Amino acid sequence: MTGAVVVARKEIADHFRSLRFHIVLALVAVVGLVALYVAGQTIRQNAESATEAGSVFLLLFTTSNDRLVPFTSFLSFLGPLVGLALGFDAISGERARGTLARLLAQPIHRDDVINGKFLAGLATLAVLFVGVTAFVGGIGLLFTGVPPSSEELLRLVAFVVVTILYVAFWLAVAILFSVLFRQAATSALAGVALWLFCAVFLPLLAGMVADAVAPVGTDATVAEELRNAYWQADLSRLSPATLYDEAVGVLLMPDVRTTGPIVITQVIGMVEGKLSFLQSLLLVWPQIVGLVAGVALAFGLAYVSFMRQEVRA
Amino acid sequence: MARGGAADGPAILARELSKRYPGPTPEDPGTLAVDRLTFEVRRGEIFGLLGPNGAGKTTTILMLLGLTEPTSGEARVLGHDPAREPLAVKRRVGYLPDSVGFYDDLTAEENLLYTADLNGIAADEAARRARERLREVGLEYARHTRVGAFSRGMRQRLGVADALLKDPEVLILDEPTLGIDPEGVRDMLALIRELAGRRGLAVLVSSHLLHQVQEICDRVGIFVGGRLVAAGRVEELAARLFGGEPVEVEVRLCRADERARDAIAKLPFVRDVRPGDDPRTLRATCEARAPGAGGEPDEPGARLARALVEAGFDIVGLSVRGRGLDDIYHRYFEGAEPGREARGSLAGRARSLDAGRPRDGAADEAAAGPVGAFVGRLRRLLPGKGGDGR
Ligand SMILES: Nc1ncnc2c1ncn2[C@@H]1O[C@H](COP(=O)(O)OP(=O)(O)OP(=O)(O)O)[C@@H](O)[C@H]1O
Ligand SMILES: [Mg+2]
Repeated sequence: MTGAVVVARKEIADHFRSLRFHIVLALVAVVGLVALYVAGQTIRQNAESATEAGSVFLLLFTTSNDRLVPFTSFLSFLGPLVGLALGFDAISGERARGTLARLLAQPIHRDDVINGKFLAGLATLAVLFVGVTAFVGGIGLLFTGVPPSSEELLRLVAFVVVTILYVAFWLAVAILFSVLFRQAATSALAGVALWLFCAVFLPLLAGMVADAVAPVGTDATVAEELRNAYWQADLSRLSPATLYDEAVGVLLMPDVRTTGPIVITQVIGMVEGKLSFLQSLLLVWPQIVGLVAGVALAFGLAYVSFMRQEVRA
Repeated sequence: MARGGAADGPAILARELSKRYPGPTPEDPGTLAVDRLTFEVRRGEIFGLLGPNGAGKTTTILMLLGLTEPTSGEARVLGHDPAREPLAVKRRVGYLPDSVGFYDDLTAEENLLYTADLNGIAADEAARRARERLREVGLEYARHTRVGAFSRGMRQRLGVADALLKDPEVLILDEPTLGIDPEGVRDMLALIRELAGRRGLAVLVSSHLLHQVQEICDRVGIFVGGRLVAAGRVEELAARLFGGEPVEVEVRLCRADERARDAIAKLPFVRDVRPGDDPRTLRATCEARAPGAGGEPDEPGARLARALVEAGFDIVGLSVRGRGLDDIYHRYFEGAEPGREARGSLAGRARSLDAGRPRDGAADEAAAGPVGAFVGRLRRLLPGKGGDGR
């Protein structure tokens, strides 16, 4: 384990020094500021409904106007890029530089290298997202002048943790590709391809498959339509982006009570109200567990293939 | 320094060590990179592993370090099995990989400090050692230079400094002098010699640069097609290989005239004399052994020199050909001259070992898998020069 810590320490220093990290940081910070500005304007325009919702502070992260998406959606889309940027050449880079053999000839275990790199990536992500969220939240506080309650802070912390988890999945995927492919460019391309697949094609595909499995005719019953909607929702949950969207949506918006499809009759009789933090957390627990499983799967694959690989592959 | 673990055994021991790299498909038998290799390196000894490209030198070294698993056989480094206890081995073995690389964004010193950190060396001790090693390899002036700005040879030197940083008991150097200038090579060899002598390090050097190896190695192993075809001291190998064969001696005299030629020709151990390439030289074919009357050395070169001096000739230079590592090496690999027993059998052995490797086009394609076979077939179908579309 000490070997992994030494590797991680060096990798963290490398990340913070790298141009790549600074570009990613700038991107996320700018996106955060723009989203904050738009959210602030929107909230000011509909001041009454905002105060009605209760948690103005959290609205800063989830509100937008009809032209721009909120901060959370930005993160859902850009998060993969951050993870890929931090990991796409983790192992292939060592190989290409000729440092892998030298590194492995030191008295550390072979898995210390990949564990250290993953840990360093996680730490870097944590600094990045805690930093940006604190920055955006801080400015938002100055804007609105409404301090967050302790429950809102809890929700914010949960949001940051889930974001780190989501991006950690993409970091693990990037490390996996950096083990499998010798060329950093191939690895980066594979990562981007998977990202686009999950972001763009999986939702389309989910709709198509759902229509094929549970067709909805013009005279479809509610049950049929629901069946179709459930299929679509479940299939699109194969994408970590969907899991993330659902999780942060519920965590940051106390009045969201379900992540699945609901029919209008269910809404009509519903009593207005908010969920407590724990209730929200419980509601998206499956999504969080799904993300954890995704991270474990991707990193596990990277780990196993790295351990089985020849030093000179 | 405390040296645990079989303190009196050999530093490196390989017994029937084999490595087969799997082929791309399960049916493919793959490459047998190392074939039942047995050898040892004692403490305080410099052992040279010689062999052509692809002989399996690097593979052997990786197995000794526990960086790749042997298919069969066993290795012991300082009494530890590298496959089972890699950390115990890696703590005490310094390794210079064949294409050594560094983190280009870090300075020479920072790179060494990272290695020290991985070895658990305390910070102040690490700083001291890093500086000392940089001085030893002649890179003190580049301590704070980013390695990205280093030349090939400077990287190689830094690699040696890096391998020495952990104060190893065994040093494994894969092509240590690659890319280093002649002066640097001399320094490097002197450093290796000194380390082996002063600190009692066991050194394993892989190389194709025979002169260098001959200069510093106590023993050499000649490695072809994954097998060790000979091992021992250079003189022993020479004696075994060239024993009984005539030796060519070339003398350079102030005046290489008819008189000198006669003086040489009438010596009992000289078979034939003729002028050399240069007008001032004479070339004599001598018996391998030239036993003298009164306990003189039986080296034909020495006898010839003495005879000439006694007859009043002034010798400018004298060289005995066909005894160096060059010739030994050459004979193992290329010396396929027929009609000579020793040559025939040895070269035949080297060749027969080579025969297991794919040579002709079809076999190459087989080794390259279905895609290679397809490309090969395509190439044969296309007309002209490799079918580059013109
Ligand atoms: N990872 C690998 N997978 C498959 N075959 C390999 C692998 N590494 C090496 N080989 C094969 O094993 C054989 C020995 O290679 P090795 O690198 O040990 O030779 P070498 O003696 O170090 O050569 P050189 O002098 O060129 O460095 C070669 O035929 C090579 O093609
Ligand atoms: Mg090699």
